[in-house]
Amino acid sequence: MWEYTDKVKDHFLNPRNVGQMEAPDAVGETGSLACGDALKLFLKINDSERITDATFMTFGCASAVASSSALTEILKGMTLDDAAKITNDDIADYLGGLPKAKMHCSVMGQNALKNAINAYRGIQILEKPGTMVCECFDITDLEIIDAVKKNHLDSVEDVTSYLKAGGGCGNCIDKIEEIVESVKTQA
Amino acid sequence: MKIVYTDNNATTRVAPEVLEEMLPYFSELYGNPSSMHSFGGNVGREITRARERVAALINAEPDEIVFTSCGTESDNAAIHAALAANPEKRHIITSGVEHPAIKNPLEDLEKKGYRVTFVPVDGKGRLDTTLLYESMTDDTALVSLMWANNETGVIFPIKEIAQRASEKGILFHTDAVQAVGKLPIDVKDARVDMLSLSGHKIHAPKGVAALYVKKGLKFSSFLNGGHQENGRRGGTENTASIIGLGRACELAKAHLQEMDTRVRDLRDFLETRLVELIPAATVNGDKGNRLPNTLNIGFTAVEGESILLLMDQAGICASSGSACTSGSLDPSHVLMAMKVPFESAHGTIRFSLSCYNTQEDMDHIVTTLPPVIQRLREMSPFWKQEE
Repeated sequence: MWEYTDKVKDHFLNPRNVGQMEAPDAVGETGSLACGDALKLFLKINDSERITDATFMTFGCASAVASSSALTEILKGMTLDDAAKITNDDIADYLGGLPKAKMHCSVMGQNALKNAINAYRGIQILEKPGTMVCECFDITDLEIIDAVKKNHLDSVEDVTSYLKAGGGCGNCIDKIEEIVESVKTQA
Repeated sequence: MKIVYTDNNATTRVAPEVLEEMLPYFSELYGNPSSMHSFGGNVGREITRARERVAALINAEPDEIVFTSCGTESDNAAIHAALAANPEKRHIITSGVEHPAIKNPLEDLEKKGYRVTFVPVDGKGRLDTTLLYESMTDDTALVSLMWANNETGVIFPIKEIAQRASEKGILFHTDAVQAVGKLPIDVKDARVDMLSLSGHKIHAPKGVAALYVKKGLKFSSFLNGGHQENGRRGGTENTASIIGLGRACELAKAHLQEMDTRVRDLRDFLETRLVELIPAATVNGDKGNRLPNTLNIGFTAVEGESILLLMDQAGICASSGSACTSGSLDPSHVLMAMKVPFESAHGTIRFSLSCYNTQEDMDHIVTTLPPVIQRLREMSPFWKQEE
């Protein structure tokens, strides 16, 4: 059962920077109780747009906690511009990798960060472009196409591992399969 | 570190008495029970004795016992036999909370044109028997229902349902893998046509199980090969394990009373203490009608895998009710069928005890778990301190 790296185990058993922050400059949230995991990220940002402190609160499995902990460690001392470039792979790499089925935990970190930065910069999150595919997890066709291309995903299971799309009610599984097949045909 | 093993619905330790009786059949007594020579024939006699011991546990006749390789094979074989015996019938009834060994083959049959009714359960995991009885038609080939649920321990009214099925001329199979050894089982009294049981749930090794097939039932084999098992299951017998299963059934029979008293008391103690010590803890399943060894308990605002991993640090083995490995973080289909709220479904833990558990084991869990839950809740964005 334990396919986790020592680093994942360490960040789960001894998570860094846990807790609600007093007067944060930015907060980013993602996930929900229904999804089975959720992350709330708190940032302190100084006048030169550098992150001086980061804390988190997470509901989820060991890799969700470890990904959150890793994210806060990566972020401390970083400028917002650099932070905006962080991807889920950076989080996974910091932890020495995550099992494929747990990659969505690192995606959750990336999403919470994006939401925090957008909130700080006053960017309204408008309706996402593309067509909604997975209603349970709020994932569009464009997001799925993007993930399939970038990560060379091969199947619906892969897409579910990365984005959770298709992992809820399952109604969109056929649609995801179509998308995966069409991207593969194009490639 | 001492291991506190409370995951006995997943698998059990092989009883030392069982292992001892098996060992010679791995070494000097290696004969084939089907052989003409007495060297093999002697092993055949031990298989006969094992068959008698298995039959005795469930009040069957020895020739009604077919040895198989696992509970899944027994379940698949039962479905296969029922459909082969009724080739013109195209309908099957089961529940929405069956083990994958029943659920998955029936879903496959659905794709192949069979009609399958998945009878729902209520919030306590109790079967909607009204709907079940209404679903029984002349086209129904088989009703297959678990005797007790592996996750919650909830017991279905098998005797009553088997009676109804029999009145309508419908074959009745029960997956009793979790019930055997934990409850008194009497196939004659319950009048079931087929029953699955598995060795490794009752302190025999993995890789051996049995299917009870009522005398007179037209049975076509699932594994088609040699004449073993009276032509009902091809393949050279797993001699050592079958002999082990026989001994395990004898021990299980002797321990039924203890299961219903001492083990039940330990489970009740654990349940009472955890509910007292941990806020927002909910017991899942019909408390008045459960296996005596099973406790399924949900903790609001925390996640199962995290709980298991932190308990693992203290040597405690249990299971969680959410499958967090599939990318889908869905709670199990059993908890979903019971409509357990998401708030606690994701944080559901199953403790399942055996006769090997002690009061010290329970004390260790009672000491370990409350701080684990507290620690995870302090980290959780959904936990409000005032709750």
